[in-house]
Amino acid sequence: MGDLAAEKHVRYILSVEKKKDSFESVVMEHLRMNGAYWGLTALDILGKLHVVDVDEVVSWIISCQHESGGFGGNVEHDPHILYTLSAVQVLALFNKLDVIDVDRVTGYIVSLQNEDGSFSGDIWGEVDTRFSYIAICCLSILRRLDRINVEKAVKYIISCKNMDGGFGCTPGGESHAGQIFCCVGALAITGSLDLIDKDLLGWWLCERQVKSGGLNGRPEKDPDVCYSWWVLSSLIMIDRVHWISKEKLIKFILDCQDTENGGISDRPDDAVDVFHTYFGVAGLSLLEYPGLKPIDPAYALPVDVVNQIFFSK
Amino acid sequence: MHGQPRKSLKQEDESLLSAKAEKLRALQSQFFANHRNRIYTQEALDLSAKLLEGNPECYTAWNYRKLAVQHNLSRSDPNYVAYLFDQELKLVENALRKNYKSYGAWYHRKWVLSKGHSSIDNELRLLNGFQKADSRNFHAWNYRRFVTSLMKRSDEDELIYTEEVIGENFSNYSAWHNRSVLLSNLFKRKAEEFPLEEKVLQEYEHVRSAIFTDPADQSGWFYHLWLIDLTVKNYAPLLVSSWPSHGSSITLNGNNCIDGCGLSLLNSTLSDTRTLPVILYFNQAVEGVNLSTVTVKSEHLKEDLVWKPLITNNSSTAQVWGAYLNLGNMELEQSKTYSIEIAIGHSMGIVSSNGYQYGDPSQIAFKLCVQSACTKPVEEQGGKLTSWKDNNFQKIDHFEDSDSTVTADLHIPTTSYWCMKAIEEEITNFRELLSEDACKIGKLSLARLLTALDLSTHQHDKRKNHTEEVLKLYTDLVELDPTHSLYYKDEHSLVLLQQITSSRESLLPYCHYYKDATEANTSYVCLRLQNLSLSRMGSIENLLWVQMLDLSHNELRSIEGLEAMQLLSSLNLSHNKFGSFTALEPLRSLKSLKVLDISYNELGSHSIDTRRYLCSSPLANTEAFDWDRFEILCGSFSSTKFWEAFLIFESLNLTDLNVTGNAVADENFTSFIGKVLPTLKWLNSEELS
Ligand SMILES: [Zn+2]
Repeated sequence: MGDLAAEKHVRYILSVEKKKDSFESVVMEHLRMNGAYWGLTALDILGKLHVVDVDEVVSWIISCQHESGGFGGNVEHDPHILYTLSAVQVLALFNKLDVIDVDRVTGYIVSLQNEDGSFSGDIWGEVDTRFSYIAICCLSILRRLDRINVEKAVKYIISCKNMDGGFGCTPGGESHAGQIFCCVGALAITGSLDLIDKDLLGWWLCERQVKSGGLNGRPEKDPDVCYSWWVLSSLIMIDRVHWISKEKLIKFILDCQDTENGGISDRPDDAVDVFHTYFGVAGLSLLEYPGLKPIDPAYALPVDVVNQIFFSK
Repeated sequence: MHGQPRKSLKQEDESLLSAKAEKLRALQSQFFANHRNRIYTQEALDLSAKLLEGNPECYTAWNYRKLAVQHNLSRSDPNYVAYLFDQELKLVENALRKNYKSYGAWYHRKWVLSKGHSSIDNELRLLNGFQKADSRNFHAWNYRRFVTSLMKRSDEDELIYTEEVIGENFSNYSAWHNRSVLLSNLFKRKAEEFPLEEKVLQEYEHVRSAIFTDPADQSGWFYHLWLIDLTVKNYAPLLVSSWPSHGSSITLNGNNCIDGCGLSLLNSTLSDTRTLPVILYFNQAVEGVNLSTVTVKSEHLKEDLVWKPLITNNSSTAQVWGAYLNLGNMELEQSKTYSIEIAIGHSMGIVSSNGYQYGDPSQIAFKLCVQSACTKPVEEQGGKLTSWKDNNFQKIDHFEDSDSTVTADLHIPTTSYWCMKAIEEEITNFRELLSEDACKIGKLSLARLLTALDLSTHQHDKRKNHTEEVLKLYTDLVELDPTHSLYYKDEHSLVLLQQITSSRESLLPYCHYYKDATEANTSYVCLRLQNLSLSRMGSIENLLWVQMLDLSHNELRSIEGLEAMQLLSSLNLSHNKFGSFTALEPLRSLKSLKVLDISYNELGSHSIDTRRYLCSSPLANTEAFDWDRFEILCGSFSSTKFWEAFLIFESLNLTDLNVTGNAVADENFTSFIGKVLPTLKWLNSEELS
């Protein structure tokens, strides 16, 4: 295990942006907004956000916004709540939330809440607790949480709670670390963590750590760097992160680095991508790895960005 | 993104890929042109199908297909409609074969089926294919629940399906999960045909065979814990303990200090507020504790009690509720005894979060005695520095007979025969497993089962409990599974605290008189739980009487639950592992707290705060922030730096605070905290002028 190859990861993230014509980026172009969030947040954690041309990014983001107020994953793509959060998060990163019409974005999200408190991802009606988190997180960043029915939103999330203390996509859905992050995050932002059985969920989450030190997303599955974020942030929000071995997890993440060309992959010796690079770096930040900016486990933005939003007039 | 080997591409692969990329990009731009111009011809549809078959994640193309269906539906030829939807189902099937984890594809299928123009008969067959290929695919399982409910297939039939899947391979967490969902439904809807106890006993056997086949496989672990919970859980809310406890008598001195016979209450609680707390501790969070559900009988009570949940977020449910008797209003006369009766749950309204009504109407009766005034006037609070040094404490040999303040008397509901039987049987089975294989899940399950047994037999026979064995099991587990050692340590702490607080006898060795060096006459009881390697606080329901608590030299990171200790006036948390001020949030509810020692902890040493969201704050949208006051206090300091300290200390009335030995405690901080706490007389053992 070496140290974090921070310089190389920065170079890797910046290079991905330039390879717009590769097959991989064409396949992924529909979620470029997510990609921007992953890459830029990772850069900020690594202390290198200033090398980015802010105006270029901001004007591209604006070009992805639709009449409805929602954002698409890229220009020409339809609006969806998934990309609306990423857009808002990136703008928050640059302290540029004032460039959008907050009420219009709010209106889009508010329109997606259903009678039972759940949220649809877009006008086509797919329901998932991921969208509940996104709606709540996004509105809280915009300081407009009071525009939705929070009580019903929380109730719906609780209706997705399982016997293992975790949460699924919809009532009856199996617990999954990514889904748990969304539900725990939504409950954290709405001050409702008392509705979670922290010991039961904490045991399930801490048992995600396997022999190699990595974390898996469900029982009897392989470890993967992206769960370093989902499991870890959930464990932190319920104050049970001491139930896993931080040292072993740090080693696993560092073992997944491409120390030659930069970037982090899902498992050692796999191909790197921006998604896992972000989750690896964010995971290390949550593990208090030296030299990284701390990241907030609920809003998934650097702590200084979050504090700036909530602790200034 | 997942499972691709890391390798640099050969030249010819690279050119191959870039040709593919170019083709895909051309397809996409044609598609966007069609989407923009709302062209839904067969040719345009074929193009979008080609795009989706190559890249099922292109969500905008699925949206386009839905628009196309809606557009073409206007041609109301029924044959055409059937064809239209059929085309969509075929496309989804092809896309799923390319990527069966595509959210967009699965949802498109749901959307098509919910339009009601297609047969659902083939869905299970298709699903079986996908579930065979990947028996853990949660998209497929979610879709299965959707389809079976659309088909009105019974939960019983689905239960049989999970049995078959588990029969083929028990290592299928998804199937066990689905079983728990189906059984929960059946318990709720068909309680008569589906008697809980019978089913739970069968399930124990079922999951045991999975766990015993391969104890390292986690598939059955959580299911087994769920069964234990079903066995011992009390659904109905019950009162666990209270302060004052039933049958106790509280002695009030003339100038309003209370005295529990030899265990005098520190003056502060009463002299400041002239109130007496009443605490109700339930077995679970409840709502509806109010004037109509809790009635108080006392001739001298002049005003109604106001019950408040002891929780700091804005929830209306809480496990602990408190109210304050206003003694100043009661016109109590000296040398008289007043009795107070509190009846709980005689009328409906106290409800658990699952909707269960309060189970067992109960009553707490206690006495208030007023004695002649103390010979000495009550000294002004904070006059002296509290010292936690050993020589200020004196061991207590035995409690006075009359003393009733120290209590450990819990209301434990009786457990039914089948529960005890089931737990005992599981204990036997797991002992057997352990005799062959000293595995982690065996030890952990045995520890949990023994704890469950002890809790349900508590009132019958205190001596026959298994605490020592359970403690040993957790100690073993720390060795056996070092990765999760702190989980076992936390459990160990909880069991240890249960043992210490289980009776007055067990508490005695930890109770000491606090001898104020300058004032020989007054002695307070201090509960000293220092140096016990405690990593977690627990058994608070047994400690409601405590006024002075020493938890120093442990490994505590939080004090969750301490908000119930409304009598607490002095608290020593020094030499622990507190990493943030937010970890002290429970103290905000303790209006009587005067003395706090938090020296030699890790405040200010961590970049990540694990209590950040368990504390009510603007981040959690549970608290408005007093900006104006904060800004005045902060002055020139960076305003985000001290918000946690401000949030916690702002509402306290401390007279004596020690924060030395923490990274945060620099000069700026000390000057800030002095301003936040104007009541402070002693800071870091130095008298403030
Ligand atoms: Zn991954």
